[in-house]
Parts: sequence; structure tokens; C-alpha cells
Amino acid sequence: MNELIHMLSYHFMQRALLVGVLVSLCAALLGVSLVLKRYSMIGDGLSHVGFGALAIASALHLAPLAVAVPVVIVAAVLLLRLSENRRIKGDAAIAIISSSALAIGVISVSVTTGMNTEVSSYMFGSILSLSRSDTILSVILSLAVLLLFFAFYPRLFAVTFDESFARATGTRTELYNTLLAVLTAVTVVLGMRMMGALLISSLIIFPAMSAMRVCKSFRSVVITAAVVSVSCFLIGAVASYFLETPTGASIVAANLLAFLGFSLAGKKH
Amino acid sequence: MAILQCENLSFGYDGETVLEGVNFSLNAGDYLCVVGENGSGKSTLIRGLLGLKAPEKGSIRFGDGLQSTEIGYLPQQTQIQRDFPASVREVVLSGCLNSLGRRLHYNADDRARAAMNMERMGIEDLADKSYQGLSGGQQQRVLLARALCATKKLLLLDEPVTGLDPIATGEMYNLIKLVNLCDDITVIMVSHDIHAAVRYATHILHLGHEQLFFGTSGAYKESSLARRFLGGGRL
Repeated sequence: MNELIHMLSYHFMQRALLVGVLVSLCAALLGVSLVLKRYSMIGDGLSHVGFGALAIASALHLAPLAVAVPVVIVAAVLLLRLSENRRIKGDAAIAIISSSALAIGVISVSVTTGMNTEVSSYMFGSILSLSRSDTILSVILSLAVLLLFFAFYPRLFAVTFDESFARATGTRTELYNTLLAVLTAVTVVLGMRMMGALLISSLIIFPAMSAMRVCKSFRSVVITAAVVSVSCFLIGAVASYFLETPTGASIVAANLLAFLGFSLAGKKH
Repeated sequence: MAILQCENLSFGYDGETVLEGVNFSLNAGDYLCVVGENGSGKSTLIRGLLGLKAPEKGSIRFGDGLQSTEIGYLPQQTQIQRDFPASVREVVLSGCLNSLGRRLHYNADDRARAAMNMERMGIEDLADKSYQGLSGGQQQRVLLARALCATKKLLLLDEPVTGLDPIATGEMYNLIKLVNLCDDITVIMVSHDIHAAVRYATHILHLGHEQLFFGTSGAYKESSLARRFLGGGRL
């Protein structure tokens, strides 16, 4: 218990926990819609684009978030358009964009700074990587994501459940799909610092999948996913502090255990 | 007074006309079945009526103050919906989407309308059940309740009995007819089931890249077109 209090006395831990809880919430809420719309891979694709953007920002000594957020938003809108395009298969489009961005990121890292700890923290995440200004920006952006999600909840439900019905009743489905993509982009970039580019998509997919094993209504899936996501983040983050394991990987491990537990519970039903 | 009037409508994709010469009008309370083979332009006409596809030529006019966004649409089900975690109440309530206007969330009126339409479809006991756990017939009734939330005047049903067993099919047809008769709601239904079409509908529109027939079911039964379409059998 004392050690827990000791852990919480570090400023970097306070910042990490605050941002982590908010980002976990955002990821879980958006994840429900993304998983149901079969857009799970977009989160993964965006994280690679985010890595490329962060690598270039660090090579040019620019503020990482200020570069990555707009770049990933543009990529998100592009990916969405591509996956709606019938001539290019959506999953192939995502693979093309994400591997290209990763390649550009790796090249720019190798010709400038080399593989330093900063770059490695983009790959695998680090709880120490949040600066004060990053924290402020992360809190503002994730609150904006949460606010927009709740404001448009009925419309996002309708667009997720049945796009043709929503469009027929005059809902601008493209607008809400784009909103979903932009919110996802922001969440991916914010979560990347902690989870790492390779692991962030699990933060989006796992909680929704776990919740869907046992819950039968959309609202209960959303609420359960949010609770699972935040709990797994806290468990993973605290475990990583005491066991000295990487943060992102520990959070994913906690989510995996939750998923297995929920799957068992769902089977019994 | 006509609730819907289509004049010399034609639709195309990339400059290639897929449906032309559509001329028909419906009065409030009519029940129209749109029949024709696959690829005859039925889906295109639906998209046109819903305002999702602009016609190449001609006009679609709604009467009685109806807007194209106030049509109660029942689309064909997709695989995604069949395993979607949503309660019946949530699905039906989403039919009130077009009355949200500038509001962000549903209000008490919307909830009351959803409850009333669930009762109308006899699914009020299922309100808190999971949509994915329902039988095909129950799922279609949920979607019909949702469509009723979206309209007071016109239902547009795209193959509503596909995949249903004979009993559920009969129940679905009876429910649609009931709504049509009791609530004076105009019905447009796309169907493959020509026998049911002539039994339940008041009017038939037969498409085959162009309008092959429009008229009452009685007149359709006597037409040579119907006989050919039925493979020589009498109705």
C-alpha cells in the first residue's frame, strides 16, 4: 500500500495515469463502433502512420504531438475513403498506407538520430514519455473526443447499426463516418505514447470484444467496454511499475486476460 | 390526392441507363408491389425514391407534405446486423432519427413513439431482449417497428420476407397489410414473391430496365406479362 502511494507521488505517474485513463476511455468507446463496422484494422494502420509522423517530427526536432495529430487525421480520412472505394480493397489499402508510413519513419530515423530510446518508446510505448505540455494537450483532446462521442451517440449508433437506413432518413452518414475516423486518429496518436505504435490497436479492439462476449445491448457494451478498458489500463500500468515490465505490453496482457475471462463467462450463459 | 408521383423517370450509372420510362402515381393508402427479375432496376428505383440517387431524367414528387427523409424504410438485412449487440428498444428507437432535427438525443415523445410501434408489432415483450438472439421473423418485425417510427405516411420495404420460413412470411405479410389498412399508410414493397404480391397489393409495378407494367393487381393478373412471368401458371 505504501509503495502504491509512493508510486502515485511521482509527477510522471500522475500524468501517465490521468492521460491513460482518458485515452483508455476514448479507445473503448470508439472501439465498439469500429469493431462493429469492421474497421478494426484502421486503428492498426493509423498507428503505423503515427509512428512515421512521430519519427519525422523527432528528426526535425518538432513537437511530436503537434505534427502527429494532423497527419494521422488526414490519414484516417484517406483510409476511410479508400475502404469505401470499390476498386481498391479496404484491407489492402490500409496495408499499403501503413507499411509505407512505417518505412518512411524507419528511414528517417536511421538517417538522422538512429534507434534511440525516444524512437523505441514510440514503438513499444513508455510511461515516462509524457511531458507537461503533452499532458495538457492529451487531456484537452481526449475530453473533446469523449464529449463528441456522447453528443452524437444516437447518430453514431444509427450509422453503426444500419448505414442505409440512417442515410435514407436524411442522416449525413459520411459526416459521421468521418467524425469516427477523426476521433479514432486523435485517440491513436494520444495512446501511442503510452502503448506504442505496435500495441495501440489492442486498446481499441480488446475492450469492445470483451464486452461483446457478455453484453446484449449497445449501451451495455459501451459501458462495459469503458469499465474494462480503464480497469485493464490501471492494472497494467501499476503492474508494469512494480514488475518493471513495458507499460504497453502489460496493459495488453491485462486486456487479454479480461478477454479470456469474458469469453468463458459468455460461453456459460 | 397523389402521395407520390413519378414522371418519365430514368436512372443510370456512369452514363449507362439502367432504368427508364417510369411513370406511375400512388394515392394515400395504396399498396404497391414492385416486381421484376434481378438487375431489373428495382433497387435503383428505391434509391431514387429515398433521395440517395438523383434521376437522370424525370421527376419524383411527393404529395401531402411528405419529404423523402420521412419514408419508413426497411432495407435488406446485412450480415453485420445479424450479430450486432443491440437491444430491440435501441433498434426501434433509432427509427426516430429523422425527428431529432437539431436535438442531440431522443426525448420522451420519441421513446413513446418507439414503445407504441413495438406494441403495434407485438414485440413489446422483447424490448429488452438482444436483437441478435431473435428469430428471423422477430427481427423483421423489429425493423418494421423502426420503419414505422420514421414515418406517418409511406413505408418502403425491400424484400421484407427474404429468408423467413412460411409461417413468419405469412405473419409479416399480414402485419404489413394491417398497417396499410388500419393506419392508412401507403406501402411500397419490392418482392420476388409474385403470388403474394398480387394477393396483398392493390397495385403492381413490373420493371425490366423499363416500366413493363403499372396498374391494379386485378389488371396485372389478366395481363400476358404476368402469365409469362409466372411460367404459364394461372393465379
